[in-house]
Amino acid sequence: MGKTLYEKVWEAHEVRKLRSGQSQLFIDLHLLHEVTSPQAFGMLRDLGLKVRYPHRTFATVDHIVPTHDRTEPFQDPLAQSMLEALRQNTREHGITFFDLGSGNQGIVHVIGPQLGLTQPGMTIACGDSHTSTHGAFGAVAFGIGTSQVRDVLATQTLAAQKLKVRRINIEGKLAPGVYAKDVILHIIRHLGVKGGLGYAYEYGGSTVEAMDMESRMTLCNMSIEGGARIGYVNPDETTFAYLEGRPYSPKGAEWEEAKRRWKSFASDPDAHYDDVVTFRAEEIPPTVTWGINPGQAVPIDGRIPLLEELSPEERPAAEEALAYMGFKPGQPIKGVPIQVAFIGSCTNARLSDLREVARYLKGHKVKKGVRALVVPGSEWVAKKAEEEGIAEIFREAGFEWRYPGCSMCLAMNPDRLEGDELAASSSNRNYKGRMGSPRGRTVLMSPLMVAAAAVTGEIADAREVFGIGR
Amino acid sequence: MLEKFTTIRGRAVPLRGEDIDTDRIIPARFMKVLTFEGLGKYLFYDERFDEKGQPKPHPLNDPRYQGASILLVEAGFGSGSSREHAPQAIKRAGFRAIIGESFAEIFFGNATAIGLPCVTLAPEDLAALFKAVEENPALEVEVDLVNKEVRFANRTAPLSIPEEAREALVEGLWDPIGELLQAGELLDEFDRRLPYPRRSE
Repeated sequence: MGKTLYEKVWEAHEVRKLRSGQSQLFIDLHLLHEVTSPQAFGMLRDLGLKVRYPHRTFATVDHIVPTHDRTEPFQDPLAQSMLEALRQNTREHGITFFDLGSGNQGIVHVIGPQLGLTQPGMTIACGDSHTSTHGAFGAVAFGIGTSQVRDVLATQTLAAQKLKVRRINIEGKLAPGVYAKDVILHIIRHLGVKGGLGYAYEYGGSTVEAMDMESRMTLCNMSIEGGARIGYVNPDETTFAYLEGRPYSPKGAEWEEAKRRWKSFASDPDAHYDDVVTFRAEEIPPTVTWGINPGQAVPIDGRIPLLEELSPEERPAAEEALAYMGFKPGQPIKGVPIQVAFIGSCTNARLSDLREVARYLKGHKVKKGVRALVVPGSEWVAKKAEEEGIAEIFREAGFEWRYPGCSMCLAMNPDRLEGDELAASSSNRNYKGRMGSPRGRTVLMSPLMVAAAAVTGEIADAREVFGIGR
Repeated sequence: MLEKFTTIRGRAVPLRGEDIDTDRIIPARFMKVLTFEGLGKYLFYDERFDEKGQPKPHPLNDPRYQGASILLVEAGFGSGSSREHAPQAIKRAGFRAIIGESFAEIFFGNATAIGLPCVTLAPEDLAALFKAVEENPALEVEVDLVNKEVRFANRTAPLSIPEEAREALVEGLWDPIGELLQAGELLDEFDRRLPYPRRSE
């Protein structure tokens, strides 16, 4: 019987069994940001411990950075203190820090792959649930809490329990105007936000094989919204082509050796899976959420469900969602007015996301009264977008072009919704209050669908607005 | 020595709702802090207080449940972000255990690692417990991790918890740092053997 990538990576990194029965798992790459790390460094100090292998940890600042004006000190002294703490902690412990203005600052899950830090066969941990993003490279990557950040800093290991593996096949060709974001929203809609509990998700099939790396990152990114702590794609030639020549990728003879090693981690054809689910690409429509969790989603030309169409278990959550969102059962989602359009986040703020939107946005204008923001995923993405004229297309259309960071996705910086504003958003979570206002509302969708909403001032079908596939 | 969690006794507060995410447990704006101290007062802040800071009807604001040390929840509790701030806020608000139908993976791991046991009950037992506590807020509930049962109102319900987590809680091994450090030179061997990213331009 063959093995899955998950099992192979696990076996290569299992240091030993702990008394509780958990495994002590070695972490190849540890990523840090300013929100979940300061307490971990505090705990190290209290215990008199050092960072054991500082060459395996890399840090950046993303959650709290203002995206309109980065002059220091920031207007928010708490945000400034978090940045200072990370600067101090990384300096004191000899950890590489991609600071503001370094050219490499950005959302931690954007810069890891972009710099070639993220590599196949690795175990990767970060105090952030969207660490699953890095699984796109065939890494076993997952979010951890702050006490575990301490454990990794002090020992480069974690106490961990092995998950089951669910293979998710997506077969066929996606229709024009349908993206990886729609695929993952469709998967969560069908498997549920708790469907992935206890599982790592392995994505495969012809649709995934045909996806570029940045689409695979979008797919793996939202595994956690489906309840799966880990999502991954087996490494292939697309993976290697993306990594070749990146600053931290192996070079020369090491490159060939690395590729051989990476390939060996891919799941065997006869691997055993605890569960297998298959979706048809042709059946996946542009998908948007209507509720307060990412599983409450419908096709863009669909209707918000009637309560009687839902199972008894789903009904209380649906009623709560309808009340919060101010929607009626059976109402079409298309045509709902929006006040804010947000393109950004670790889900969809990479160069290919912005390129794709710019391709269609050119010549269109943001509807009067809509506040539209683009927050590129990293300083490098922003620079490339300027060079390629993409930034100018967004500005010309009436989008505010911001500095990189997590921004409105979780609103730990000044970017936030006001009152009960409704945002069309390329981010990953539509939870109550997520975008900074306790009454703010979020509708998740692909970046191109956000652009369509920005242009029309309402939830719209990008295929109609931009004449795609007609 | 770490505390050994064998039996937790106390009154319980019923918190209904499926898939309660960590943004609700503690909104992100309260995470602009360098320590976990004082997070307890922000627990479920936006659910408990309006935009003017006035209390709203919520089980945690209900005087009948003041002093409760066990949190009752439904399915999918703690979904979303990896923020340890969520279980820290629950623990710092005085809770010693959580009973629910199911827990999000990262939340469960974080809670266990700080010594906050999360156990699950079969849906019918959980429904009975919710009902009992809603009818009688003074009801004493016992979470027995040794015998793997929850006891309330002359009823005994079998509890579930992954065996590794139970073992860690009962034996006082829930904070693994000491044992992880003991691997010592074995760690150096892994560091030598496994590649890490190096800049080579």
